[in-house]
Amino acid sequence: MSDKEVKNLEEMFEACIARDEKIEPKDWMPEKYRQTHIRQISQHAHSEIVGMLPEGNWITRAPSLRRKAALLAKVQDEAGHGLYLYSACETLGISREELYEQLHSGKAKYSSIFNYPTITWADIGAIGWLVDGAAIINQVPLCNTSFGPYARAMVRVCKEESFHQRQGYEIMLTLCNGTEEQKAMAQDALNRWWWPSLMMFGPTDAESTHTEQSMKWKLKRKTNDELRQQFIDQTVPQADILGITVPDPDLKWNDERGHYDFGEIDWDEFWQVVKGHGPCNKERLNARVSAWEEGEWVRDAAMAYAEKQEERKATTKKAS
Amino acid sequence: MNQNLYHYILTIADTNLILGQRLGELCGHGPSLETDIALTNISLDLIGQTRSYFQYAASLFDEEKTEDDIAFLRKEREYRNVLLVEQPNTHFGYVMARQFLFDVFHLMFLRELENSKDETLAAIAKKGIKEASYHRRFSSDWIKRLGDGTEESHTKIQEAVNNLWRYTNELFQMTEADVAMVKEGVGVNLEALKEPYYETVSEVLKEATLEVPERKYFQKGGKEGIHTEHMGYLLSDLQYMQRAFPDMKW
Repeated sequence: MSDKEVKNLEEMFEACIARDEKIEPKDWMPEKYRQTHIRQISQHAHSEIVGMLPEGNWITRAPSLRRKAALLAKVQDEAGHGLYLYSACETLGISREELYEQLHSGKAKYSSIFNYPTITWADIGAIGWLVDGAAIINQVPLCNTSFGPYARAMVRVCKEESFHQRQGYEIMLTLCNGTEEQKAMAQDALNRWWWPSLMMFGPTDAESTHTEQSMKWKLKRKTNDELRQQFIDQTVPQADILGITVPDPDLKWNDERGHYDFGEIDWDEFWQVVKGHGPCNKERLNARVSAWEEGEWVRDAAMAYAEKQEERKATTKKAS
Repeated sequence: MNQNLYHYILTIADTNLILGQRLGELCGHGPSLETDIALTNISLDLIGQTRSYFQYAASLFDEEKTEDDIAFLRKEREYRNVLLVEQPNTHFGYVMARQFLFDVFHLMFLRELENSKDETLAAIAKKGIKEASYHRRFSSDWIKRLGDGTEESHTKIQEAVNNLWRYTNELFQMTEADVAMVKEGVGVNLEALKEPYYETVSEVLKEATLEVPERKYFQKGGKEGIHTEHMGYLLSDLQYMQRAFPDMKW
Protein backbone atom coordinates (compact mmCIF):
# COMPACT_ATOMS: atom_id res chain seq x y z
CA MET A 1 0.00 0.00 0.00
CA SER A 2 1.40 3.42 -0.93
CA ASP A 3 1.80 6.18 1.64
CA LYS A 4 -0.95 8.08 -0.10
CA GLU A 5 -3.37 5.17 0.20
CA VAL A 6 -2.56 4.76 3.90
CA LYS A 7 -3.10 8.46 4.44
CA ASN A 8 -6.45 8.19 2.71
CA LEU A 9 -7.50 5.29 4.91
CA GLU A 10 -6.37 7.17 7.99
CA GLU A 11 -8.49 10.13 7.02
CA MET A 12 -11.53 7.94 6.46
CA PHE A 13 -10.89 6.23 9.78
CA GLU A 14 -10.61 9.53 11.68
CA ALA A 15 -13.77 10.80 9.99
CA CYS A 16 -15.61 7.65 10.99
CA ILE A 17 -14.66 8.17 14.63
CA ALA A 18 -15.56 11.84 14.46
CA ARG A 19 -19.05 10.85 13.23
CA ASP A 20 -19.32 8.57 16.29
CA GLU A 21 -19.52 5.49 14.08
CA LYS A 22 -18.15 2.19 15.33
CA ILE A 23 -14.95 0.61 14.11
CA GLU A 24 -15.50 -3.12 13.55
CA PRO A 25 -12.82 -5.87 13.61
CA LYS A 26 -12.65 -6.23 9.82
CA ASP A 27 -12.43 -2.48 9.19
CA TRP A 28 -9.07 -0.97 8.44
CA MET A 29 -7.49 0.61 11.51
CA PRO A 30 -4.12 2.18 12.25
CA GLU A 31 -1.69 -0.23 13.88
CA LYS A 32 -1.42 2.02 16.92
CA TYR A 33 -5.19 1.92 17.39
CA ARG A 34 -5.09 -1.88 17.26
CA GLN A 35 -2.23 -2.13 19.73
CA THR A 36 -3.74 0.38 22.15
CA HIS A 37 -6.99 -1.54 22.14
CA ILE A 38 -5.29 -4.87 22.65
CA ARG A 39 -3.45 -3.33 25.60
CA GLN A 40 -6.51 -1.78 27.19
CA ILE A 41 -9.05 -4.54 26.55
CA SER A 42 -6.69 -7.29 27.67
CA GLN A 43 -5.75 -5.31 30.76
CA HIS A 44 -9.44 -5.07 31.49
CA ALA A 45 -9.96 -8.81 30.89
CA HIS A 46 -6.99 -9.69 33.10
CA SER A 47 -8.40 -7.46 35.84
CA GLU A 48 -11.64 -9.39 35.75
CA ILE A 49 -10.01 -12.78 36.18
CA VAL A 50 -7.40 -11.67 38.72
CA GLY A 51 -10.24 -9.89 40.49
CA MET A 52 -11.92 -13.26 41.00
CA LEU A 53 -9.15 -14.22 43.44
CA PRO A 54 -9.56 -11.74 46.32
CA GLU A 55 -13.31 -12.25 46.28
CA GLY A 56 -13.11 -15.99 45.69
CA ASN A 57 -11.08 -15.97 48.90
CA TRP A 58 -14.35 -15.50 50.84
CA ILE A 59 -16.70 -17.88 49.04
CA THR A 60 -16.04 -20.75 51.44
CA ARG A 61 -16.34 -18.45 54.46
CA ALA A 62 -19.32 -16.29 53.48
CA PRO A 63 -21.40 -15.73 56.62
CA SER A 64 -24.78 -16.90 55.30
CA LEU A 65 -26.10 -19.05 52.47
CA ARG A 66 -27.64 -16.01 50.81
CA ARG A 67 -24.29 -14.19 50.85
CA LYS A 68 -22.48 -17.30 49.62
CA ALA A 69 -24.83 -17.64 46.66
CA ALA A 70 -24.58 -13.93 45.84
CA LEU A 71 -20.79 -14.00 46.01
CA LEU A 72 -20.61 -17.09 43.80
CA ALA A 73 -22.87 -15.37 41.28
CA LYS A 74 -20.75 -12.24 41.40
CA VAL A 75 -17.47 -14.05 40.85
CA GLN A 76 -19.11 -16.01 38.05
CA ASP A 77 -20.16 -12.72 36.43
CA GLU A 78 -16.55 -11.58 36.59
CA ALA A 79 -15.35 -14.73 34.87
CA GLY A 80 -18.02 -14.04 32.24
CA HIS A 81 -16.76 -10.48 31.77
CA GLY A 82 -13.26 -11.85 31.37
CA LEU A 83 -14.52 -14.27 28.75
CA TYR A 84 -16.20 -11.76 26.52
CA LEU A 85 -13.48 -9.17 26.93
CA TYR A 86 -10.89 -11.75 25.85
CA SER A 87 -13.15 -12.56 22.91
CA ALA A 88 -13.42 -8.86 22.01
CA CYS A 89 -9.65 -8.66 22.21
CA GLU A 90 -9.20 -11.74 20.02
CA THR A 91 -11.05 -9.98 17.20
CA LEU A 92 -8.01 -7.71 17.00
CA GLY A 93 -5.83 -10.62 15.88
CA ILE A 94 -4.29 -11.94 19.08
CA SER A 95 -4.98 -15.32 20.68
CA ARG A 96 -6.14 -16.03 24.23
CA GLU A 97 -2.93 -18.00 24.83
CA GLU A 98 -0.81 -15.00 23.85
CA LEU A 99 -2.85 -12.79 26.14
CA TYR A 100 -2.38 -15.19 29.05
CA GLU A 101 1.29 -15.39 28.28
CA GLN A 102 1.52 -11.60 28.56
CA LEU A 103 -0.26 -11.71 31.92
CA HIS A 104 1.84 -14.55 33.28
CA SER A 105 5.14 -13.01 32.22
CA GLY A 106 4.20 -9.71 33.81
CA LYS A 107 4.22 -7.89 30.47
CA ALA A 108 0.52 -7.10 30.66
CA LYS A 109 -0.90 -5.30 33.65
CA TYR A 110 -4.16 -5.67 35.53
CA SER A 111 -5.89 -3.35 37.96
CA SER A 112 -3.61 -2.80 40.96
CA ILE A 113 -6.53 -2.81 43.36
CA PHE A 114 -6.57 -6.62 43.27
CA ASN A 115 -3.11 -6.69 44.77
CA TYR A 116 -4.59 -5.79 48.14
CA PRO A 117 -5.71 -8.60 50.47
CA THR A 118 -9.27 -9.37 51.54
CA ILE A 119 -8.83 -10.06 55.22
CA THR A 120 -12.33 -9.65 56.62
CA TRP A 121 -15.87 -10.21 55.36
CA ALA A 122 -16.36 -6.43 55.26
CA ASP A 123 -13.72 -6.30 52.51
CA ILE A 124 -16.21 -8.07 50.24
CA GLY A 125 -18.69 -5.28 50.94
CA ALA A 126 -16.06 -2.59 50.46
CA ILE A 127 -14.91 -4.07 47.15
CA GLY A 128 -18.45 -4.09 45.81
CA TRP A 129 -19.19 -0.60 47.02
CA LEU A 130 -15.87 1.15 46.31
CA VAL A 131 -13.99 -0.91 43.75
CA ASP A 132 -16.98 -1.74 41.58
CA GLY A 133 -18.19 1.82 42.10
CA ALA A 134 -14.90 3.19 40.78
CA ALA A 135 -14.90 0.65 37.96
CA ILE A 136 -18.35 1.78 36.83
CA ILE A 137 -17.24 5.41 36.69
CA ASN A 138 -14.26 4.35 34.61
CA GLN A 139 -16.31 2.06 32.39
CA VAL A 140 -19.63 3.74 31.66
CA PRO A 141 -18.05 6.08 29.09
CA LEU A 142 -16.63 3.00 27.36
CA CYS A 143 -20.13 1.91 26.33
CA ASN A 144 -19.76 4.62 23.66
CA THR A 145 -16.15 3.96 22.76
CA SER A 146 -15.23 3.72 19.09
CA PHE A 147 -14.32 0.02 18.88
CA GLY A 148 -17.59 -1.90 18.41
CA PRO A 149 -16.89 -5.21 20.19
CA TYR A 150 -15.48 -3.40 23.24
CA ALA A 151 -18.38 -0.94 23.41
CA ARG A 152 -20.94 -3.73 23.20
CA ALA A 153 -19.17 -5.85 25.83
CA MET A 154 -19.09 -2.84 28.14
CA VAL A 155 -22.85 -2.33 28.00
CA ARG A 156 -23.35 -5.72 29.62
CA VAL A 157 -20.39 -5.39 31.96
CA CYS A 158 -21.67 -2.07 33.29
CA LYS A 159 -25.15 -3.40 33.96
CA GLU A 160 -23.77 -6.26 36.00
CA GLU A 161 -21.21 -4.08 37.78
CA SER A 162 -23.89 -1.71 38.90
CA PHE A 163 -25.77 -4.65 40.42
CA HIS A 164 -22.56 -5.73 42.17
CA GLN A 165 -22.06 -2.27 43.54
CA ARG A 166 -25.52 -2.18 45.09
CA GLN A 167 -24.89 -5.62 46.53
CA GLY A 168 -21.60 -4.44 48.07
CA TYR A 169 -23.22 -1.37 49.53
CA GLU A 170 -25.96 -3.52 51.00
CA ILE A 171 -23.33 -5.68 52.72
CA MET A 172 -21.83 -2.51 54.21
CA LEU A 173 -25.27 -1.24 55.25
CA THR A 174 -26.06 -4.50 57.03
CA LEU A 175 -22.74 -4.33 58.87
CA CYS A 176 -23.24 -0.69 59.82
CA ASN A 177 -26.72 -1.43 61.15
CA GLY A 178 -25.37 -4.43 63.05
CA THR A 179 -23.34 -4.75 66.24
CA GLU A 180 -20.46 -2.47 67.28
CA GLU A 181 -18.08 -5.20 66.16
CA GLN A 182 -19.66 -5.35 62.71
CA LYS A 183 -19.59 -1.58 62.33
CA ALA A 184 -15.92 -1.53 63.33
CA MET A 185 -15.29 -4.18 60.68
CA ALA A 186 -16.95 -1.94 58.07
CA GLN A 187 -14.93 1.12 59.18
CA ASP A 188 -11.71 -0.86 59.06
CA ALA A 189 -12.49 -2.00 55.51
CA LEU A 190 -13.20 1.57 54.39
CA ASN A 191 -9.92 2.67 55.97
CA ARG A 192 -7.97 0.12 53.97
CA TRP A 193 -9.82 0.33 50.64
CA TRP A 194 -10.44 4.09 50.32
CA TRP A 195 -7.04 5.21 49.07
CA PRO A 196 -6.39 2.23 46.78
CA SER A 197 -9.83 2.90 45.26
CA LEU A 198 -8.85 6.49 44.47
CA MET A 199 -5.70 5.14 42.84
CA MET A 200 -7.87 3.10 40.45
CA PHE A 201 -8.31 6.21 38.29
CA GLY A 202 -4.61 6.18 37.52
CA PRO A 203 -1.96 8.87 37.83
CA THR A 204 -2.85 12.55 37.78
CA ASP A 205 -3.55 14.10 34.38
CA ALA A 206 -0.12 15.71 34.38
CA GLU A 207 1.51 12.26 34.73
CA SER A 208 -0.81 10.26 32.48
CA THR A 209 0.88 9.17 29.27
CA HIS A 210 -2.03 7.75 27.29
CA THR A 211 -4.80 10.26 27.96
CA GLU A 212 -4.52 12.52 24.90
CA GLN A 213 -4.57 9.79 22.27
CA SER A 214 -7.23 7.83 24.11
CA MET A 215 -9.52 10.86 24.27
CA LYS A 216 -9.16 11.25 20.51
CA TRP A 217 -10.25 7.66 19.91
CA LYS A 218 -13.07 7.99 22.46
CA LEU A 219 -11.40 5.27 24.49
CA LYS A 220 -11.54 7.87 27.20
CA ARG A 221 -14.07 10.68 27.55
CA LYS A 222 -12.94 12.25 30.78
CA THR A 223 -9.51 12.61 32.35
CA ASN A 224 -8.29 10.59 35.33
CA ASP A 225 -8.64 13.55 37.69
CA GLU A 226 -12.17 14.34 36.52
CA LEU A 227 -13.26 10.74 37.05
CA ARG A 228 -11.60 10.58 40.46
CA GLN A 229 -13.41 13.73 41.55
CA GLN A 230 -16.71 12.29 40.34
CA PHE A 231 -16.09 9.16 42.40
CA ILE A 232 -15.30 11.10 45.56
CA ASP A 233 -18.31 13.39 45.17
CA GLN A 234 -20.55 10.39 44.71
CA THR A 235 -19.10 8.20 47.45
CA VAL A 236 -18.66 10.55 50.42
CA PRO A 237 -22.43 11.02 50.95
CA GLN A 238 -22.82 7.23 50.77
CA ALA A 239 -20.28 6.85 53.59
CA ASP A 240 -22.27 9.44 55.57
CA ILE A 241 -25.41 7.33 55.22
CA LEU A 242 -23.48 4.32 56.48
CA GLY A 243 -22.25 6.38 59.40
CA ILE A 244 -18.59 5.60 58.82
CA THR A 245 -15.74 8.02 58.20
CA VAL A 246 -13.68 8.44 55.06
CA PRO A 247 -10.05 8.21 56.24
CA ASP A 248 -8.94 11.59 54.88
CA PRO A 249 -8.52 14.50 57.34
CA ASP A 250 -8.33 16.94 54.41
CA LEU A 251 -11.64 15.91 52.94
CA LYS A 252 -14.16 18.76 52.95
CA TRP A 253 -16.86 20.19 50.74
CA ASN A 254 -15.76 23.17 48.64
CA ASP A 255 -18.78 25.35 47.91
CA GLU A 256 -16.98 27.39 45.32
CA ARG A 257 -15.84 24.43 43.25
CA GLY A 258 -19.00 22.44 43.90
CA HIS A 259 -16.80 19.45 44.72
CA TYR A 260 -15.07 17.82 47.66
CA ASP A 261 -11.46 18.80 48.26
CA PHE A 262 -9.34 15.86 49.28
CA GLY A 263 -5.88 15.00 50.57
CA GLU A 264 -2.78 13.95 48.70
CA ILE A 265 -2.70 10.39 47.36
CA ASP A 266 0.38 8.38 48.30
CA TRP A 267 1.84 8.07 44.81
CA ASP A 268 4.86 6.18 46.07
CA GLU A 269 2.53 3.41 47.16
CA PHE A 270 0.70 3.60 43.82
CA TRP A 271 3.91 3.11 41.82
CA GLN A 272 5.21 0.44 44.17
CA VAL A 273 2.09 -1.68 43.57
CA VAL A 274 2.04 -0.98 39.82
CA LYS A 275 5.65 -2.12 39.60
CA GLY A 276 4.78 -5.45 41.18
CA HIS A 277 5.59 -4.87 44.84
CA GLY A 278 2.16 -4.57 46.43
CA PRO A 279 0.93 -6.78 49.26
CA CYS A 280 -0.39 -9.56 47.00
CA ASN A 281 1.12 -9.08 43.51
CA LYS A 282 3.14 -12.26 43.80
CA GLU A 283 0.27 -14.33 45.22
CA ARG A 284 -2.15 -13.21 42.52
CA LEU A 285 0.21 -13.90 39.67
CA ASN A 286 1.31 -17.21 41.16
CA ALA A 287 -2.32 -18.28 41.51
CA ARG A 288 -2.99 -17.54 37.83
CA VAL A 289 0.22 -19.19 36.65
CA SER A 290 -0.40 -22.31 38.77
CA ALA A 291 -3.98 -22.62 37.56
CA TRP A 292 -2.70 -22.43 33.99
CA GLU A 293 0.19 -24.84 34.43
CA GLU A 294 -1.73 -27.36 36.52
CA GLY A 295 -4.56 -27.25 33.99
CA GLU A 296 -2.36 -28.01 31.01
CA TRP A 297 -3.04 -31.76 31.04
CA VAL A 298 -6.77 -31.03 31.11
CA ARG A 299 -6.63 -28.68 28.13
CA ASP A 300 -4.40 -31.14 26.26
CA ALA A 301 -6.90 -33.91 26.93
CA ALA A 302 -9.78 -31.80 25.64
CA MET A 303 -7.85 -31.04 22.45
CA ALA A 304 -6.83 -34.64 21.92
CA TYR A 305 -10.39 -35.82 22.46
CA ALA A 306 -11.79 -33.25 20.04
CA GLU A 307 -9.29 -34.33 17.40
CA LYS A 308 -10.20 -37.99 17.89
CA GLN A 309 -13.88 -37.14 17.56
CA GLU A 310 -13.21 -35.28 14.32
CA GLU A 311 -11.26 -38.22 12.95
CA ARG A 312 -14.04 -40.62 13.89
CA LYS A 313 -16.61 -38.42 12.23
CA ALA A 314 -14.51 -38.30 9.06
CA THR A 315 -14.06 -42.09 9.07
CA THR A 316 -17.78 -42.72 9.52
CA LYS A 317 -18.59 -40.29 6.74
CA LYS A 318 -16.12 -42.00 4.43
CA ALA A 319 -17.53 -45.43 5.21
CA SER A 320 -21.08 -44.32 4.51
CA MET B 1 -41.77 -32.04 64.74
CA ASN B 2 -41.57 -34.85 62.19
CA GLN B 3 -38.03 -36.05 63.01
CA ASN B 4 -37.91 -38.46 60.10
CA LEU B 5 -38.82 -35.78 57.60
CA TYR B 6 -36.28 -33.41 59.15
CA HIS B 7 -33.51 -35.99 58.95
CA TYR B 8 -34.58 -36.94 55.46
CA ILE B 9 -34.23 -33.33 54.29
CA LEU B 10 -30.88 -32.97 56.05
CA THR B 11 -29.29 -35.86 54.19
CA ILE B 12 -30.32 -34.45 50.82
CA ALA B 13 -29.49 -30.85 51.67
CA ASP B 14 -26.18 -31.50 53.42
CA THR B 15 -24.95 -33.44 50.40
CA ASN B 16 -25.75 -30.46 48.18
CA LEU B 17 -24.25 -27.98 50.63
CA ILE B 18 -20.97 -29.80 51.10
CA LEU B 19 -20.45 -30.38 47.38
CA GLY B 20 -21.32 -26.74 46.68
CA GLN B 21 -18.79 -25.73 49.32
CA ARG B 22 -16.06 -27.94 47.82
CA LEU B 23 -16.67 -26.50 44.34
CA GLY B 24 -16.59 -23.00 45.81
CA GLU B 25 -12.94 -23.55 46.75
CA LEU B 26 -12.01 -23.78 43.09
CA CYS B 27 -13.20 -20.40 41.93
CA GLY B 28 -10.50 -18.74 39.85
CA HIS B 29 -8.17 -21.74 39.98
CA GLY B 30 -9.54 -23.97 37.21
CA PRO B 31 -7.77 -25.14 34.05
CA SER B 32 -9.71 -22.72 31.85
CA LEU B 33 -12.05 -19.79 32.21
CA GLU B 34 -14.88 -21.90 30.77
CA THR B 35 -14.50 -24.65 33.38
CA ASP B 36 -14.25 -22.00 36.11
CA ILE B 37 -17.55 -20.54 35.01
CA ALA B 38 -19.21 -23.95 34.76
CA LEU B 39 -18.03 -25.19 38.16
CA THR B 40 -19.02 -21.94 39.86
CA ASN B 41 -22.39 -22.29 38.22
CA ILE B 42 -22.81 -25.83 39.50
CA SER B 43 -21.80 -24.71 42.97
CA LEU B 44 -24.34 -21.92 42.79
CA ASP B 45 -27.10 -24.33 41.71
CA LEU B 46 -26.31 -26.66 44.58
CA ILE B 47 -26.26 -23.86 47.16
CA GLY B 48 -29.55 -22.59 45.74
CA GLN B 49 -31.13 -26.02 46.16
CA THR B 50 -29.67 -26.28 49.64
CA ARG B 51 -31.38 -23.05 50.62
CA SER B 52 -34.77 -24.34 49.48
CA TYR B 53 -34.35 -27.56 51.45
CA PHE B 54 -33.13 -25.80 54.60
CA GLN B 55 -35.88 -23.20 54.44
CA TYR B 56 -38.32 -26.06 54.39
CA ALA B 57 -36.48 -27.85 57.21
CA ALA B 58 -36.48 -24.64 59.30
CA SER B 59 -40.23 -24.33 58.89
CA LEU B 60 -40.72 -27.71 60.59
CA PHE B 61 -39.55 -26.35 63.96
CA ASP B 62 -41.97 -24.93 66.49
CA GLU B 63 -39.43 -22.33 67.55
CA GLU B 64 -38.00 -19.81 65.12
CA LYS B 65 -35.13 -21.18 63.03
CA THR B 66 -33.46 -20.04 59.85
CA GLU B 67 -31.78 -21.80 56.95
CA ASP B 68 -28.46 -20.48 58.30
CA ASP B 69 -28.98 -21.93 61.77
CA ILE B 70 -29.29 -25.33 60.17
CA ALA B 71 -26.53 -24.84 57.63
CA PHE B 72 -23.88 -23.38 59.92
CA LEU B 73 -24.54 -24.22 63.55
CA ARG B 74 -24.41 -27.98 63.78
CA LYS B 75 -21.52 -30.14 64.96
CA GLU B 76 -19.67 -32.33 62.51
CA ARG B 77 -21.43 -35.45 63.78
CA GLU B 78 -24.78 -33.86 62.91
CA TYR B 79 -24.05 -33.39 59.20
CA ARG B 80 -25.56 -36.21 57.18
CA ASN B 81 -24.01 -35.78 53.73
CA VAL B 82 -22.54 -38.76 51.94
CA LEU B 83 -18.77 -39.15 52.18
CA LEU B 84 -18.29 -38.82 48.42
CA VAL B 85 -18.99 -35.09 48.32
CA GLU B 86 -16.62 -34.09 51.12
CA GLN B 87 -13.61 -35.59 49.33
CA PRO B 88 -11.01 -32.94 48.45
CA ASN B 89 -10.29 -31.30 45.08
CA THR B 90 -7.06 -33.28 44.69
CA HIS B 91 -6.88 -32.40 40.99
CA PHE B 92 -9.31 -31.71 38.16
CA GLY B 93 -9.73 -35.45 37.60
CA TYR B 94 -11.00 -35.90 41.17
CA VAL B 95 -13.28 -32.89 40.81
CA MET B 96 -14.85 -34.34 37.69
CA ALA B 97 -15.02 -37.95 38.91
CA ARG B 98 -16.68 -36.83 42.16
CA GLN B 99 -19.09 -34.67 40.20
CA PHE B 100 -19.94 -37.38 37.71
CA LEU B 101 -20.45 -40.09 40.34
CA PHE B 102 -22.77 -37.75 42.20
CA ASP B 103 -24.59 -36.23 39.22
CA VAL B 104 -25.75 -39.55 37.81
CA PHE B 105 -27.28 -40.36 41.18
CA HIS B 106 -28.61 -36.85 41.76
CA LEU B 107 -30.58 -36.69 38.54
CA MET B 108 -32.12 -40.14 39.08
CA PHE B 109 -32.97 -39.20 42.63
CA LEU B 110 -34.63 -35.90 41.73
CA ARG B 111 -36.68 -37.56 38.99
CA GLU B 112 -38.14 -39.81 41.67
CA LEU B 113 -38.48 -37.13 44.31
CA GLU B 114 -40.51 -35.10 41.84
CA ASN B 115 -43.31 -37.64 42.45
CA SER B 116 -43.18 -37.22 46.22
CA LYS B 117 -46.44 -36.77 48.10
CA ASP B 118 -44.73 -33.91 49.89
CA GLU B 119 -45.49 -30.94 47.65
CA THR B 120 -42.57 -28.83 48.80
CA LEU B 121 -40.02 -31.56 48.16
CA ALA B 122 -41.65 -32.34 44.81
CA ALA B 123 -41.42 -28.68 43.79
CA ILE B 124 -37.77 -28.37 44.83
CA ALA B 125 -36.99 -31.56 42.90
CA LYS B 126 -38.78 -30.35 39.81
CA LYS B 127 -36.73 -27.17 39.71
CA GLY B 128 -33.54 -29.10 40.47
CA ILE B 129 -33.98 -31.56 37.60
CA LYS B 130 -33.15 -28.96 34.97
CA GLU B 131 -29.99 -28.01 36.80
CA ALA B 132 -28.93 -31.57 37.57
CA SER B 133 -29.41 -32.59 33.91
CA TYR B 134 -26.95 -29.93 32.89
CA HIS B 135 -24.52 -30.97 35.63
CA ARG B 136 -24.68 -34.57 34.52
CA ARG B 137 -24.09 -33.70 30.90
CA PHE B 138 -21.16 -31.49 31.82
CA SER B 139 -19.44 -34.02 34.06
CA SER B 140 -20.12 -36.98 31.72
CA ASP B 141 -18.59 -35.04 28.84
CA TRP B 142 -15.50 -34.37 30.91
CA ILE B 143 -15.19 -38.02 31.94
CA LYS B 144 -15.12 -38.88 28.23
CA ARG B 145 -12.67 -36.12 27.37
CA LEU B 146 -10.28 -37.08 30.13
CA GLY B 147 -10.67 -40.84 29.70
CA ASP B 148 -10.30 -40.78 25.93
CA GLY B 149 -7.99 -37.75 25.79
CA THR B 150 -4.27 -38.25 26.38
CA GLU B 151 -2.42 -41.01 28.15
CA GLU B 152 -1.81 -38.73 31.09
CA SER B 153 -5.44 -37.68 31.41
CA HIS B 154 -6.56 -41.29 31.09
CA THR B 155 -4.30 -42.35 33.96
CA LYS B 156 -5.36 -39.44 36.12
CA ILE B 157 -9.10 -39.83 35.69
CA GLN B 158 -8.87 -43.60 36.12
CA GLU B 159 -7.01 -43.08 39.39
CA ALA B 160 -9.67 -40.62 40.57
CA VAL B 161 -12.53 -42.94 39.65
CA ASN B 162 -10.81 -45.86 41.37
CA ASN B 163 -10.26 -43.89 44.55
CA LEU B 164 -13.73 -42.39 44.75
CA TRP B 165 -15.55 -45.56 43.74
CA ARG B 166 -15.66 -46.84 47.33
CA TYR B 167 -17.95 -43.96 48.28
CA THR B 168 -20.62 -44.67 45.66
CA ASN B 169 -22.53 -47.42 47.41
CA GLU B 170 -23.42 -45.12 50.30
CA LEU B 171 -25.62 -43.13 47.93
CA PHE B 172 -28.10 -46.03 48.08
CA GLN B 173 -27.91 -46.77 51.79
CA MET B 174 -31.37 -46.50 53.33
CA THR B 175 -31.44 -44.79 56.72
CA GLU B 176 -34.26 -45.03 59.21
CA ALA B 177 -35.59 -41.75 57.85
CA ASP B 178 -35.44 -43.07 54.28
CA VAL B 179 -37.45 -46.16 55.18
CA ALA B 180 -40.07 -44.11 57.01
CA MET B 181 -40.36 -41.55 54.24
CA VAL B 182 -40.69 -44.19 51.53
CA LYS B 183 -43.51 -45.74 53.54
CA GLU B 184 -45.31 -42.40 53.58
CA GLY B 185 -44.89 -41.89 49.86
CA VAL B 186 -42.63 -38.92 50.55
CA GLY B 187 -39.18 -40.39 50.07
CA VAL B 188 -37.35 -42.16 47.27
CA ASN B 189 -36.54 -45.85 47.38
CA LEU B 190 -32.79 -45.57 46.95
CA GLU B 191 -32.20 -49.28 46.57
CA ALA B 192 -34.25 -49.26 43.38
CA LEU B 193 -31.88 -46.71 41.89
CA LYS B 194 -28.77 -48.74 42.52
CA GLU B 195 -28.65 -51.04 39.49
CA PRO B 196 -29.70 -48.38 36.96
CA TYR B 197 -27.04 -46.12 38.50
CA TYR B 198 -24.20 -48.57 38.10
CA GLU B 199 -25.40 -49.36 34.59
CA THR B 200 -25.33 -45.72 33.53
CA VAL B 201 -22.04 -45.03 35.22
CA SER B 202 -20.47 -48.10 33.63
CA GLU B 203 -21.71 -47.12 30.17
CA VAL B 204 -20.10 -43.69 30.40
CA LEU B 205 -16.87 -45.08 31.85
CA LYS B 206 -16.65 -47.61 29.04
CA GLU B 207 -17.30 -44.98 26.43
CA ALA B 208 -14.50 -43.02 28.06
CA THR B 209 -12.27 -46.10 27.59
CA LEU B 210 -12.00 -46.43 31.36
CA GLU B 211 -12.19 -49.53 33.48
CA VAL B 212 -15.18 -49.98 35.70
CA PRO B 213 -13.88 -50.74 39.19
CA GLU B 214 -14.98 -53.81 41.06
CA ARG B 215 -18.01 -53.44 43.31
CA LYS B 216 -16.41 -54.95 46.34
CA TYR B 217 -15.13 -52.75 49.16
CA PHE B 218 -17.27 -49.77 50.04
CA GLN B 219 -17.21 -47.06 52.70
CA LYS B 220 -20.13 -45.54 54.54
CA GLY B 221 -20.83 -43.44 57.61
CA GLY B 222 -21.71 -40.00 56.29
CA LYS B 223 -25.43 -40.53 56.68
CA GLU B 224 -24.86 -41.29 60.39
CA GLY B 225 -22.58 -38.29 60.77
CA ILE B 226 -19.34 -40.28 60.80
CA HIS B 227 -17.23 -38.44 58.29
CA THR B 228 -13.78 -38.66 56.77
CA GLU B 229 -10.93 -36.60 58.21
CA HIS B 230 -11.45 -33.96 55.52
CA MET B 231 -14.79 -32.88 56.88
CA GLY B 232 -13.61 -30.95 59.95
CA TYR B 233 -11.47 -28.61 57.89
CA LEU B 234 -14.25 -28.01 55.42
CA LEU B 235 -16.60 -27.10 58.27
CA SER B 236 -14.01 -24.78 59.85
CA ASP B 237 -14.19 -22.65 56.71
CA LEU B 238 -17.92 -23.00 56.28
CA GLN B 239 -18.74 -22.06 59.86
CA TYR B 240 -15.95 -19.58 60.48
CA MET B 241 -18.00 -16.38 60.50
CA GLN B 242 -20.96 -17.81 62.38
CA ARG B 243 -18.68 -19.23 65.06
CA ALA B 244 -16.40 -16.19 65.37
CA PHE B 245 -19.28 -13.70 65.42
CA PRO B 246 -22.25 -15.52 66.93
CA ASP B 247 -25.83 -14.22 66.80
CA MET B 248 -25.29 -11.52 64.22
CA LYS B 249 -27.13 -10.72 61.01
CA TRP B 250 -25.17 -10.59 57.77
